[in-house]
Amino acid sequence: MRARIVGLLAGTILLAGCASAGVRGTGDLGVVIERANGSVQLVSTTERAAIGRVAGLGDLSHASVVYSRDGRYAYVFGRDGGLTKVDLLRGRIDRRVVQSGNAIGGAISQDGRLIAVANYVPGGVKVFDAATLELLAEIPAAYGDGKLAKVVGIEDAPGNRFVFSLFEAGEIWVADLSDPRRPALQKFKGIGKEPYDALVTPDGRYYLAGLFGEDGMAMLDLWHTERGVKRVLDGYGRGAQKLPVYKMPHLEGWAIAGRHAYVPAVARHEVLVIDTDTWREVGRIAVAGQPVFVIARPDGRQVWVNFAVPDYSTVQVIDTETRRIVRTLAPGKAILHMEFTPRGEAVWLSARDDDRVVVYDTATFARIAEIPAAKPSGIFFTARAFRTGF
Amino acid sequence: MHTERSMLHGAARSRYGLPHPLALALLVILMFGVTFANSAAAAEPSPQRAAQLAYMVRQDCGSCHGMTLTGGLGPALVPAALKGKPAAYIKHVILNGNKNTAMPGWSPLLSDADAEWIAERLLGGFPDAR
Repeated sequence: MRARIVGLLAGTILLAGCASAGVRGTGDLGVVIERANGSVQLVSTTERAAIGRVAGLGDLSHASVVYSRDGRYAYVFGRDGGLTKVDLLRGRIDRRVVQSGNAIGGAISQDGRLIAVANYVPGGVKVFDAATLELLAEIPAAYGDGKLAKVVGIEDAPGNRFVFSLFEAGEIWVADLSDPRRPALQKFKGIGKEPYDALVTPDGRYYLAGLFGEDGMAMLDLWHTERGVKRVLDGYGRGAQKLPVYKMPHLEGWAIAGRHAYVPAVARHEVLVIDTDTWREVGRIAVAGQPVFVIARPDGRQVWVNFAVPDYSTVQVIDTETRRIVRTLAPGKAILHMEFTPRGEAVWLSARDDDRVVVYDTATFARIAEIPAAKPSGIFFTARAFRTGF
Repeated sequence: MHTERSMLHGAARSRYGLPHPLALALLVILMFGVTFANSAAAAEPSPQRAAQLAYMVRQDCGSCHGMTLTGGLGPALVPAALKGKPAAYIKHVILNGNKNTAMPGWSPLLSDADAEWIAERLLGGFPDAR
């Protein structure tokens, strides 16, 4: 409760609203990454406004966020290896470590005690105490004759496990952190060329890695790891012609609506519909560009899609009952990310080149708010705290 | 990964059918606002165009190469990392991509002159565009 000026030294700005208002929850809060400034805006989905800004987070050109299970702290993973724990209530940096030279993202364990970071340089995973950011374990991604691979697609899984893929090695590793200082590793080799991102299904059962170097996805059943990695979705990928991909599709936000998953096709202007019982493709929907994020509204009735450059100023909405595009929106220039409010009545979109976040009503498609933000990219709400794979 | 194993893929460009002529035209008008000089006799981009290119490299190329160009899934593009690579090679990769890596060819979006300007600036230390 000490009102500290110390936070300002770290470049933080106290939350005018929160710090003085006393008691409040965090269920309607979130952060917006300001990628060029190394800062995050703290936002409220109730007020539809920014309530503060925290700076000093380093290079956020590719940044992602996970939340503590109490929804109070945002762990921000920066490009430069920075891991910053931001206190949403006090509006400042709680702790920060620069843990590698180049990182891609991270995950929080099922029990909320561990933060794992996937690193490109040096290639591997580091595991930290979520409370103190003390380093607990290092897992070098060594393969072949000892070279280190870039680690991608790190996901949390039930049993305090982290699952991740090795880009150059074509391997999937499962690290059981039941004993946080002694990770037990299971390695799956020869899973396919160049896994570039991955996701875990909402129930935490299946881990799927997209392959850049060949078609198809590598799937691991986390209930039965003894069965090994299987190849699914043989038609999924760039195809024999290796079409250019202007931005890697992100798999983590995979939209699962009912028994169907809506996934970004690689390089093609299509969203694929996958039956999650059989893991076979059951449909394709033509869209306005190369999809990057394909995200379901929490009720599964709509799927929103954004696109890679040069089509990144368009957003399309698919109705999952008819599998048709019901709306094509022009929310602003360079839409990089989309995040639904916890129950989906609104969606927030970051318009990088307009320097603002725009909010749409998902029932009427009316634009209901605009929030100034400097080169916004990722938007992350605290409801992620309660979802496996987020 | 990301080596110069196969530098010459002129075919890659022709394989890519322009997806959205309208969107591209709009992009040219809205984002670039200048004439698209697509001649091989690469004229230096205008200062306005140069500023747009610098922004694009930092923001869009930065998705894979990092906004500070120190690398990500794609390799670092700072002068030290590119040392010894000719500008013509870098320009070729920008325009045509490298089919053995994730690097796409940007010829649908960049002219010869644009790519040449970017290649030279990368070798000399890329300007800030924030």
